[in-house]
Amino acid sequence: MHAVRLWSVRHARGLNAFYRGFEGALKRMHPLFKALGYERIERPVAAIERTVKGALFDCKMCGQCVLSSTGMSCPMNCPKTLRNGPCGGVRDNGHCEVKPEMRCVWVEAYRGSQRIPNGIEAMSKIQFAVDQRLQGRSSWLRVVRELNPESPAKAGPDAK
Amino acid sequence: MRFEDEPVPGYPLPILAGHTSPGRFERVLRAGGFAVTTELAPPDSADPEDVYRRARVFDGYVDAINATDGSGANCHMSSIAVCALLTRVGYAPIMQISCRDKNRIAIQGDILGGAAMGVCNMLCLTGDGVQAGDHPQAKPVFDLDCVSLLDIARTLRDDHHFQSGRKITFAPRVFFGAAENPSGLPHDWRALRLAKKVAAGAQFIQTQYCYDIPLLQGFMDQVEGLGLLGKVFVLVGVGPLRSAKTADWMRKNVPGMHVPDALITRLQGAKDQAREGREICIELIQAIREIRGVHGVHIMAYRQEESVAEIVDRSQILQGRSPWYPGRDEAPQASQRTA
Repeated sequence: MHAVRLWSVRHARGLNAFYRGFEGALKRMHPLFKALGYERIERPVAAIERTVKGALFDCKMCGQCVLSSTGMSCPMNCPKTLRNGPCGGVRDNGHCEVKPEMRCVWVEAYRGSQRIPNGIEAMSKIQFAVDQRLQGRSSWLRVVRELNPESPAKAGPDAK
Repeated sequence: MRFEDEPVPGYPLPILAGHTSPGRFERVLRAGGFAVTTELAPPDSADPEDVYRRARVFDGYVDAINATDGSGANCHMSSIAVCALLTRVGYAPIMQISCRDKNRIAIQGDILGGAAMGVCNMLCLTGDGVQAGDHPQAKPVFDLDCVSLLDIARTLRDDHHFQSGRKITFAPRVFFGAAENPSGLPHDWRALRLAKKVAAGAQFIQTQYCYDIPLLQGFMDQVEGLGLLGKVFVLVGVGPLRSAKTADWMRKNVPGMHVPDALITRLQGAKDQAREGREICIELIQAIREIRGVHGVHIMAYRQEESVAEIVDRSQILQGRSPWYPGRDEAPQASQRTA
């Protein structure tokens, strides 16, 4: 919902701090995830992630979450799915050129980033092309896996 | 400007040290010239003569011609085809690549194909949403955005491989550019966004129309503050406003376009509004060339392309230079040339 999404941006600082803590907790759960099997828990975890992030951010489950670099404004809600900043067509009232009733995702991202420590720097980092195969998969599990490179399972659907 | 190693049209110039393309456009910029580019609206036709007719209007007045890629999400002849036709006779086109209609497989193929056909300049854009054009029922692709596209394009040229990692045997020798809108929101972040594009591989920038000089100056100050001067060539977008009514319509309906009230009032008070529009454009160009870090202008004169010659001529930005065009050198040296 648009209103909730805007609320999340207004509370970007708190949400970002919460996520940092949550990420720490997730990391510590790596042995458990590994024992259960990442592929086995993929679907239930993705379902939880979809519900929570869907409610807060209108998350589109791209599987490569960059909310911390976009002021808690999900860039996949941009009709052009821009992940590196606003297009040139932002309306004078800060609304989207394609969906005039919606606030520009990136105008919001800029606001949110100003509330997050080092948010503007994070936003200035280049986001490379998305891996479309990760669509629908859990970003949380991917982050934990990537932080534990010794894990035999590789991120991505290629992993056997 | 004339190069002693001027080739037969359609054949590339040698690449100079420090250059990434064999193109004239990069040469003019690196030689310190104030460059002039313009925009060719691709025809709704399969007749190559329609392309050549549109290009000839600019002969002797521009250094490079942008061929738009389905601009405004409207269907026209493709940018790559227009560029290929233009390079056949020696023009220096700037191929526009929009992420709206093609995924990374098609785009990387076009970069190689365009370069193979002699296209030396490519402008990496996100593109307008399909809702803006004549096929709102089409599927928007947006597999990439302009920054990830720049990154992939530069990788092809400099690291000689596709995004997949697969090697290519001969790299495209292309001068890559991007767009920016200094009047777009959020104003404070526009220069940072430019920095991101430069980091991703943009070597030149063509901006959206700039009718507000103080706003542009503010943007360029930020660009300078970020240490980007000398790292990117900036060409500022300008264009003649046909009338007060058009100007008002454009600022209300073309998202991201900003026209100050003072200009609208000035147009309203003029007897010949189209003439006043050209006058304003000339004054803007003269103000723009004084701004530090600006290396040229990009004149967009949709449906009044014939006015580009007058604007360039009267604003004297070429400083006596006559950019190459097919046939320019034929009159004095007809005996030496066959092409």
